[in-house]
Amino acid sequence: MNELKTAQAGTLESNDIMITLTPGAEGSGVVIELESIVLAQYGQAIRKTIANVANEQNVTDIYIKAVDRGALDCTIQARVLAALSRAGVILQKELI
Amino acid sequence: MDLRRTMLFMPGNNPGMLQNGGVFGADAIILDLEDAVAPKEKDAARLLVAQSLKTVDYGTSEKIVRINPLDTFARKDIEDIVPCKPDALLVPKVESPEDIQEVARLVAAAEKSGQAPVKLIALLETPCGIAEAYRIAKADKRVVALAFGAEDYTASLGAKRTKEGTEIFSARTIVVNSAAAAGIQSIDTPFTDVNDREGLIADTQLAKQLGFKGKLSINPRQIDEIHNVFNPTEQDINWAGRVIKAIRKAEAEGSGVASLDGKMVDAPIVARAERILFLARLLGLAEEVVL
Repeated sequence: MNELKTAQAGTLESNDIMITLTPGAEGSGVVIELESIVLAQYGQAIRKTIANVANEQNVTDIYIKAVDRGALDCTIQARVLAALSRAGVILQKELI
Repeated sequence: MDLRRTMLFMPGNNPGMLQNGGVFGADAIILDLEDAVAPKEKDAARLLVAQSLKTVDYGTSEKIVRINPLDTFARKDIEDIVPCKPDALLVPKVESPEDIQEVARLVAAAEKSGQAPVKLIALLETPCGIAEAYRIAKADKRVVALAFGAEDYTASLGAKRTKEGTEIFSARTIVVNSAAAAGIQSIDTPFTDVNDREGLIADTQLAKQLGFKGKLSINPRQIDEIHNVFNPTEQDINWAGRVIKAIRKAEAEGSGVASLDGKMVDAPIVARAERILFLARLLGLAEEVVL
């Protein structure tokens, strides 16, 4: 995971989410900073979705900044996967 | 027979559009990975369309993905999209039977075991594609329709694109005839001025008159108008019912030919009447249908 680079995917349009990834130091874990228009109602669920995608792709040490504009789960998953791929993660196909 | 009166394009990198694709009532929706997506966003759009196919309920709309051409991102599109079970792929810029056969081979390799075969619709939008229309239509058993894309076609011709469409008349008739000869559907080019309702109706009426079975659509506002044109009218349905009654009566009397309003009713007329009644039943336009 040391070879990962900073990457971004998604937009700030409604129904979308912008994900920015920065590689974390070894042992730092998956750190998520979330800004959302529905933070009070769905903040926990969005964090869980983002963390699950990272875990499923075996990414352990990364800082994820997410700016949400009301994205559905499938959009969140797609944007995190796109950002991970752009960061240099070889995506596991069966989990896409 | 699948109903494809309208096939509505949805930009493949727009989550808002993709998640609402099923609410517009189009017979088919096309999740677009080609022209609607900037080259540097192809990867993100591919993942978004894949997730949408697996998650979003598109109701009764057929799920079609327009992939990129073979000489750009088609292989990657097919590899990632086909396992997500789209009903069909719209293949752009098809110019030869070999193009379709190559796509069919890639699709077969990407399909999961037990998955329903993914159909192909060939988009003809170059002079070569039009010239090879029949051979393309017959190129593989997955091909269920030929669609016509007039914007790229007229650009290649060097002709000015007009609302009257004189410059695309011969290409349209070639597409319709080639598809019919191959026993598949033909889908007309989109009408691009979304604010011109009268123009859309006239263009769709011409398409129907030429024999097209549906029309590509670039805006949800176009769907009702296109459906209205392609739906059989009450007059059509009444006529078709009378044709069937007449031929049934003649058959009962030992004849294969009947007469209705002084005109001969034979097999082609019966086939047309049956198609009208089939459509009417499918669309719930006729409560009582003879057949």
